[in-house]
Amino acid sequence: MDCYTANWNPLGEEAFYRKFELYAMEWSLKEDLRDCLVAAAPYGGPIALLKNSGRKEKSPSARPLLEIYSASGLLLASIPWKSGQLVHLGWTASEDLLCIQEDGTVLIYNLFCEFKRHFSMGNEVLQNHVLEAKVFHTEYGTGVAILTGAHRFSLTTNIDDLKLRRMPEVPGLQKPPSCWAVLSQDRVTIVLLAVGQDLYLLDNTSCSVVTPPGMSPAAGAYLRMAVSFNYRCLALFTDTGYIWMGLSTLKEKLCEFNSSIRSPPKQMVWCMRPRSRQRAVVVAWDRQLMVAGNSTECIQFVLDEDSYLVPELDGVRILSRTSHEFLHEIPEASQEIFKIASMAPGALLLEAQKEYEKESQKADEYLREIKDQKLLPEAVSQCIEAAGYEHEPETQKSLLRAASFGKCFIDKFPPESFVRMCQDLRVLNAIRDYQIGIPLTFTQYKRLTIEVLLDRLVLRRLYPLAIRICEYLRLSEIQGVSRILAHWACYKVQQKDKSDEEVAHAINQKLGDTPGISYSEIAARAYDCGRTELAIKLLEYEPRSGEQVPLLLKMKRSKLALSKAIESGDTDLVYTVVLHLKNELNRGTFFMTLQNQPVALSLYRQFCKHQERKTLKDLYNQDDNHQELGNFHVHSSYSEQRIEGRVGALQNAVDAYYKAKNEFAAKATEDQIKLLRLQRHLQEDFDKPYLDLSLHDTVSNLILDGHHKRAEQLYREFKIPDKRYWWLKISALATRGDWEEMEKFSKSKKSPIGYLGPGPSGRRCHRAQERERDELRPVQVHRQHRRGRGGEAEPGQSPAPEEVTPALGAAPPGPASTDGAWPRAGDLHHRRRAWCRARACAAVMLPWGRHGGPGWGGWRAPLPLRSPLIKCRAAASLCPGAKLPP
Amino acid sequence: MSPLDRIANVSILKQHEVDKLYKVENRPTSSTSDQFCFLVRPRIKTMKYIADIINADKMAGRSRKYKIIFSPQKFYACEMVLEEEGVFGDVSCDEWSFYLLPLDDDIISMELPEFFRDYFLEGDHRWINCVARALQLLNSLYGPFSKAYGIGRCAKMSYELWRDLEEESESDSQGRKPEIGNIFLMDRDTDYVTALCSQVVYEGLVDDTFRIKCGSVDFGPDVTSSDKSIKVLLNSQDKVFSQIRNEHFSSVFGFLSQKSRNLQAQYDRRRGMDIKQMKNFVSQELKGLKQEHRLLSLHIGACESIMKKKTKQDFQEMIKTEHSLLEGFDIRESTSFIEEHIDRQVSPIESLRLMCLLSITENGLIPKDYRSLKTQYLQSYGPEHLLTFHNLKRIGLLTEQSPGETLTAVESKVSKLVTDRAAGKITDAFNSLARKSNFRGISKKLGLIPRVDGEYDLKMPRDMAYVFSGAYIPLSCKIIEQVLERKSWLGLEEVLRLLNGNEFSVTESAGEDSPAWESQRIILTVFLGGCTFSEIAALRFLGKEKGYKFIFLTTAITNSARMMEAMIETKA
Repeated sequence: MDCYTANWNPLGEEAFYRKFELYAMEWSLKEDLRDCLVAAAPYGGPIALLKNSGRKEKSPSARPLLEIYSASGLLLASIPWKSGQLVHLGWTASEDLLCIQEDGTVLIYNLFCEFKRHFSMGNEVLQNHVLEAKVFHTEYGTGVAILTGAHRFSLTTNIDDLKLRRMPEVPGLQKPPSCWAVLSQDRVTIVLLAVGQDLYLLDNTSCSVVTPPGMSPAAGAYLRMAVSFNYRCLALFTDTGYIWMGLSTLKEKLCEFNSSIRSPPKQMVWCMRPRSRQRAVVVAWDRQLMVAGNSTECIQFVLDEDSYLVPELDGVRILSRTSHEFLHEIPEASQEIFKIASMAPGALLLEAQKEYEKESQKADEYLREIKDQKLLPEAVSQCIEAAGYEHEPETQKSLLRAASFGKCFIDKFPPESFVRMCQDLRVLNAIRDYQIGIPLTFTQYKRLTIEVLLDRLVLRRLYPLAIRICEYLRLSEIQGVSRILAHWACYKVQQKDKSDEEVAHAINQKLGDTPGISYSEIAARAYDCGRTELAIKLLEYEPRSGEQVPLLLKMKRSKLALSKAIESGDTDLVYTVVLHLKNELNRGTFFMTLQNQPVALSLYRQFCKHQERKTLKDLYNQDDNHQELGNFHVHSSYSEQRIEGRVGALQNAVDAYYKAKNEFAAKATEDQIKLLRLQRHLQEDFDKPYLDLSLHDTVSNLILDGHHKRAEQLYREFKIPDKRYWWLKISALATRGDWEEMEKFSKSKKSPIGYLGPGPSGRRCHRAQERERDELRPVQVHRQHRRGRGGEAEPGQSPAPEEVTPALGAAPPGPASTDGAWPRAGDLHHRRRAWCRARACAAVMLPWGRHGGPGWGGWRAPLPLRSPLIKCRAAASLCPGAKLPP
Repeated sequence: MSPLDRIANVSILKQHEVDKLYKVENRPTSSTSDQFCFLVRPRIKTMKYIADIINADKMAGRSRKYKIIFSPQKFYACEMVLEEEGVFGDVSCDEWSFYLLPLDDDIISMELPEFFRDYFLEGDHRWINCVARALQLLNSLYGPFSKAYGIGRCAKMSYELWRDLEEESESDSQGRKPEIGNIFLMDRDTDYVTALCSQVVYEGLVDDTFRIKCGSVDFGPDVTSSDKSIKVLLNSQDKVFSQIRNEHFSSVFGFLSQKSRNLQAQYDRRRGMDIKQMKNFVSQELKGLKQEHRLLSLHIGACESIMKKKTKQDFQEMIKTEHSLLEGFDIRESTSFIEEHIDRQVSPIESLRLMCLLSITENGLIPKDYRSLKTQYLQSYGPEHLLTFHNLKRIGLLTEQSPGETLTAVESKVSKLVTDRAAGKITDAFNSLARKSNFRGISKKLGLIPRVDGEYDLKMPRDMAYVFSGAYIPLSCKIIEQVLERKSWLGLEEVLRLLNGNEFSVTESAGEDSPAWESQRIILTVFLGGCTFSEIAALRFLGKEKGYKFIFLTTAITNSARMMEAMIETKA
């Protein structure tokens, strides 16, 4: 700890840079890095190497080998490269490897050298070949820029949404540019290129010559250029060893440096930290590394072996055969604490804590010093912040211990920042382990976010670690654990060496009922891998039937899909399957399938009823549902215009009903046919509409029109019950006012009342009827008379309700009470008497003696009990004046 | 009044540049507008109408824009029809997730009258999803229900589907305090009897007589005693109506006359007023009095009209018959009353209703009556009712006593043996044969016929039976009462067996400290297939007695006539 600042190198007055080893590389490379195509993904990503790429000889044994390593040099995968000549390798933002071939084809591989897809950069590139290529990342995604053999640029800003752009030509360009870079300014992607001493800017439409401000005229030709991670800064290296550093807009110079090394550097990259004012570039030659910034001095390192620079958000990673180092500017918090003789509160706190551990009273002195300045909260925050920038767990711990110590002396110091830092560091240390090999710094981690980090772990198939992290950070299940488990399961189904059962079981064991897991997605993956059986097994675990059905249909398991759809209770889903089945199966099997699924069947029936009535018939035919078939025919008879058609349809219905052993329906339909035929005759004979009337109405109409014979005929033919016929005829005759016929009728026929009523009252009724007959005539005359006068004086002639109501009794009259009421009727006016008598007839005909029951409440006041009066609606109509009580 | 009127009436629509409103029918339109917007229920028939309209336009070489808005949701079958008719490309579709229409403070209707026929007759489950979504909506508004009860297959399915939806949606209702403590789901087929009875509480009578549509009624000239009809919104805002809606009709007149006297007295007050008081009176009270006056005269008119109509038919006799049926006395006489009712062509709907009531209380008609009543009916009202009878048989409203008596026994035995799901299928299969009502047994077990000595005081009722003149306690309400009392189905096993089971009760917030007493008193009763105003009145009464507050969610307000109409197979 004493020599903590040993590897700090000052640059200028304020800034320090340090270089430390992340990993000793595990990869034991035989080749030199310069013989390989190298690509390392930012944010501590994997490294891709293409060996033997330089040699052009065609011997098959010397096929290039594509290898992918983790940042610690552990081999993730390797394949012999069998495709065309590669020009460039690059990584996408989602850590897929882009292999750019000479012919402009770009092949995409995943982290494990599994081929994903490919695309082409267009015909122009194909013809002229790729000279150089660059992969760049903007807010649009990952882009590819290509310099063709014809010295033209083609680029796409997003390989996932491929739109090729051909940049305008640079006038008079004969040889390839010495260096070029892709810039992204205000969401526009442009290319900056240098030819000799000239700089050209290519945008979508034009090519313009630019001069960086403050560029010394004697600078010479440009050899290298570097764009910073955030596209804000640009550095140019000329053949006089002069370095110009400025904004990439070329509007402002930041600083310059003269390296006095004239040979072209191998690589030049920016080394900056977000929110830091310090800007520096790292320039690498074969054996020399130089950090140059806003100072006349520079920092120089000697390189023992071939190295490769990887620009990062907050520094530069340096790869070589044996080691993997990180070079960065010391953040302010660390500087404050660790700078020699620093009196910053953080430094004092760290010191205090150390003394405290030594049980020295100096701890109190230091602490008091900070407290006197009231800087303890700052001291604690400083220690916490600085801990994040440290790579060594020991240093992190001592800083955190100091923070925790300082916290004790502050009231209500919010603990979140401390806790979060502890958690973050724990996660970072876990992933920095060489077996995982993701050397993420705290700054990068915050920029990347935990979600993306988890995604990357999942991509590397580090499921257990990812889940541990989720659990440790208490991420919500859907965001964290279950998402990872789902990915795991999707990977699991691709393992072909295990049986379906084993895999399904293993997956279910792990996943269980974790919320947010979509078994159907996993099953879909299994199906994509050609494991249908496994997919079905997995679908069994899917709780939402709605998700199962589409996949089952896709897998042609329609019947299973149907039952799942029904279980879901979603009729739309059932319809989807049913209509799918209809197209897939032949009619017979289709119907058979439906037979076993009543829910689906009734839904389909609903559909057919409106849309395909013929199918409905077939459906009933298929399963010998004669009852429904009969109903169907009856129904279709309605739409028939002609009588013959209607009769035909009904005849079919009769047959069906007989087959269904529904004799009642068959008989009723036969009667209907008979009636229809009769009605047609009647219609022809009398030229009046009879069709579609019910039997009752037909007979009634016949009587109304005076065709008594015909009515009689129907009465016999259809065996109309006497009771009905009696009612019907009386009321029809009364409506017609045919009293002659009424009399005839009453004489010719034995009254059905006689059959129905109890003995004595029946007789009485008969008597009453005779008397009624006698008295009806005057009524009739009277009415005609009144009609002649023009219908006036109505109210006076109607029986006054007050008089009638008491006469009929307040309680529902039984036979006994009628006896009592009857003699009083004699006192009434003759017309009223007739009316009352008619009521009495009705009373006998109707089953009066009804059980009252204790619960019988009926109508009480204010509704007077007068419904018995109305009983004899038909009879009442005999008496023209007899109006119902209001 | 249509549900749309309740939400956006014509003038609002006009403000939003709706040119003209049409009913979607099987008829070509003569509109000159170049944009059509169809706001429809997802029915296949409607789709065909729309397709016809579009095809007609195409033939005539007209080009219009068409938009179909499905409410409450789009069905795949509808799109299929549009596709088959070749107009799918011409329309754009949208959904209006309209599930709940509050008709009153305590009544929410889904306005899906077709639910009854579609589910109970056709076995079409399409609306269950809507019910589940409606529940989800309520749940999201009022927090989770802590206790759920239900009876019936549809109730169970709706409940389960809703639970699934809840799980999928992962809404954060977890921490919310429940505002509605209990939910009770009930299938209409648990209790057909109550729905088939004539209603005698005022609101029910108004519904039976004038048809309340969407909480509003059209009073015709005979009520308004003028030559035009008036649309009246019937809800608790109506001060007169809210006081008489739940009353037995016999008490209504007394109340109305009392009210009119009060009103007169208030009018009379102005006699002794000086100028200032008069000014006050005119500016503050007069308007309210006038309003009340208007309502009062309307309701008196309605009462008169009801009486006129009811006395035209032999209502008293009919009620008596109904009561005999409910009690199981004098079945023969009731049967012949029904027969006569049919013979005299009193009313096709009423006849059918009485037949169904007879069948369902007697567990099916004896074969002789079954045949003869049907024959009589066909002769009276036309042979097309053959299909109606078939429907009624299928749904179990009008059946024949047969060797099938043992069916339920077999069914329940089988269902005990196999799993729930399979049992569902079996019940489906049996459904088509017959459903036994076992009304008599249930009635005895639950004491649905109150034994009272002397007069039943309808003005000061003791139990829910008052909604049927003290003759019968509505079964559906009794079940709810019993379950709420026991807080479970325990002790009702025998009744459940007779009701064909399918009950469930779930406590959701298990382990939590007892939720607020207030919310425990609130019960959301969900009627799948419709509920009647009598049931609402009965439960309101129960609520008053026991300190509950009931909120009603129903697929639609129903009554006996609507139920029968749903069963009638029309020509067309």
